[in-house]
Amino acid sequence: MPDVTKTDVKTGRVDPVGGAPEVTATVTKPEKTRSLWGDAWADLRRSWIFIVSSVMIFFLLLITFFPGWFTSAQPILGDLSKHYLQKPKLGDVGSADWLGYDQQGRSVYARVIYGTRASVAVGFGTTILVTVVGSLVGMIAGYFGGLVDSILSRLTDVFFGIPFLLGTMVVLNSFPERTTWVVIGALGFFGWTQISRVMRGAVITTKQADYVQAAKALGASTPRIMFRHILPNTMAPVIVVATISLGVYIAAEATLSFLGLGLSGVSWGNDISDGGASIRVAQWIMLYPSIMLSITVLAFIMLGEAVRNALDPKMR
Amino acid sequence: MGRYVARRLLQMIPVFIGTTLLIFLMVYALPGDPVRGLFGDKAGSPQVIAALRHEYGLDQPILVQYWNYMKDMILHGDFGTQIASGRPVTDVLGDAFPVTMRLASLAFAIEVVLGIALGVLAGLRAGRLTDNVILLITLLFISVPVFVLGFIAKLVFAEQLKWLDPNVSDSTNYGQLLMPAIVLATASLAYVTRLTRTSIAENRRADYIRTAIAKGLPKSRVVGVHLMRNSMIPVITYLGTDIGALMGGAVVTEGLFNIQGVGGTIYESLVRREGTTLVGLVTILVLIYLAANLIVDLLYAVLDPRIRYA
Repeated sequence: MPDVTKTDVKTGRVDPVGGAPEVTATVTKPEKTRSLWGDAWADLRRSWIFIVSSVMIFFLLLITFFPGWFTSAQPILGDLSKHYLQKPKLGDVGSADWLGYDQQGRSVYARVIYGTRASVAVGFGTTILVTVVGSLVGMIAGYFGGLVDSILSRLTDVFFGIPFLLGTMVVLNSFPERTTWVVIGALGFFGWTQISRVMRGAVITTKQADYVQAAKALGASTPRIMFRHILPNTMAPVIVVATISLGVYIAAEATLSFLGLGLSGVSWGNDISDGGASIRVAQWIMLYPSIMLSITVLAFIMLGEAVRNALDPKMR
Repeated sequence: MGRYVARRLLQMIPVFIGTTLLIFLMVYALPGDPVRGLFGDKAGSPQVIAALRHEYGLDQPILVQYWNYMKDMILHGDFGTQIASGRPVTDVLGDAFPVTMRLASLAFAIEVVLGIALGVLAGLRAGRLTDNVILLITLLFISVPVFVLGFIAKLVFAEQLKWLDPNVSDSTNYGQLLMPAIVLATASLAYVTRLTRTSIAENRRADYIRTAIAKGLPKSRVVGVHLMRNSMIPVITYLGTDIGALMGGAVVTEGLFNIQGVGGTIYESLVRREGTTLVGLVTILVLIYLAANLIVDLLYAVLDPRIRYA
């Protein structure tokens, strides 16, 4: 954690999205030199996109872990007397009725709340899997070079060459019961290539650095050089890609559910797909899960943007 | 240049073999049997099933099946037979591909023209209101999944405003394909805009731009030739990989708008476990993807004279 310098209080103007190069915040010289991560953290705390997206993600996590705090209705309890033509009572915020009912008389609000868990679990699970596998493959390819690199790079090309959505569809189609783990596995199976490419590039530039040569000269073991010296200095681009792709995986899971190949059980994608059938008479069945889904994806993509603005040295 | 192309083409061979093998293994390793599927819920006599399996070569070891399949495909352009209909897969592909190609190329055109135009506009006005508005819109486009956008477009433009037909009845009619193409293009369009914007904003203060301005060149030439040409490299890279994604993403769009293209065929063969059709479709997609990547790499040298291929 960096020291809180006086300048942190001053709100430097930070470009909301994309990060324009010329509007770097004016920071007076800190008393202590900070690391890349310290600088990034100081930048992040002043960025309003970071604050907004963090608050959104905090709420999503609350809903994920404690859905009972937000609704007393059950997502799988259908009450056919609450027919789906019964319009939502939007004034009655928070009750089971306020977002209306679906075709089977289940509360749309309860389903939106309980559906959060599926999306967040798939998003985080896939991102962690992809980051670990992709970083390892990319690190080995970049560090050893030569034949190892050629083989691993062609392997990456093979997985990258198959369209992502198509590949996951083929894998998921073979599972009758698609649990969270199965979906994470299928998305991860085709998703690791991007991180691996980014990591390989970063390792190739980093391994030339003096401190790596120094560590080698001092006789440090290969795993030590890789994990103690190279890894911390190549994580920045990987983290940026990983945060942005978290939102992308949530959208991908919903798309698969829409095609009938996603998670079995309560999920936004399934609800949106079901709601599409009644779109002429009852738009709310589809609308509210869609809004929640878009907000969630937006939150993670914004977080990724904020992290990139803070970590990308070009933006300094 | 010639040597570079030759090397790249040679490198494509292992990737092509690997990709087709992977998809082949995935499809055939899965449970389910397309021959049994022909009989629906009836059992079918074991002799008939065995005979059919033998006819389609399904009783052989998987690597032998792969070898035979690839041999026929490469030597005779024969992609096998679709089991459900008995038609050659090449016929099925010949029906479906042109439809998806039309949809994807329309989407691609929208993505390129609109994406680059908006990106240049935002990049030149970096940090100002126009820039922020454009970036906010692209963020929204990225966040709303394609199928949600498709439903909304249908609801608003077809059901309520009645400007357009909700479904595509004639896939050669570009007017009807316009809405699905826009829906298919939006997410990619947003990425193209963002990439162009960042690249333009970065290069705007490069030395060669300052030189061009100092030489007294008109602004249109500075931006249109000097700035654009050098800023397009990351955009072109993205566009190259996006061609495959557009064809794959057509599964969703085609389903939503009832277009009889590759998407529908892929979905159907997936459900029926039609390995041959699926492998054929994906093989063509992979070839398109590899070709697009090669073209992209060759374009680098055209765009940036500092890049040379040995």
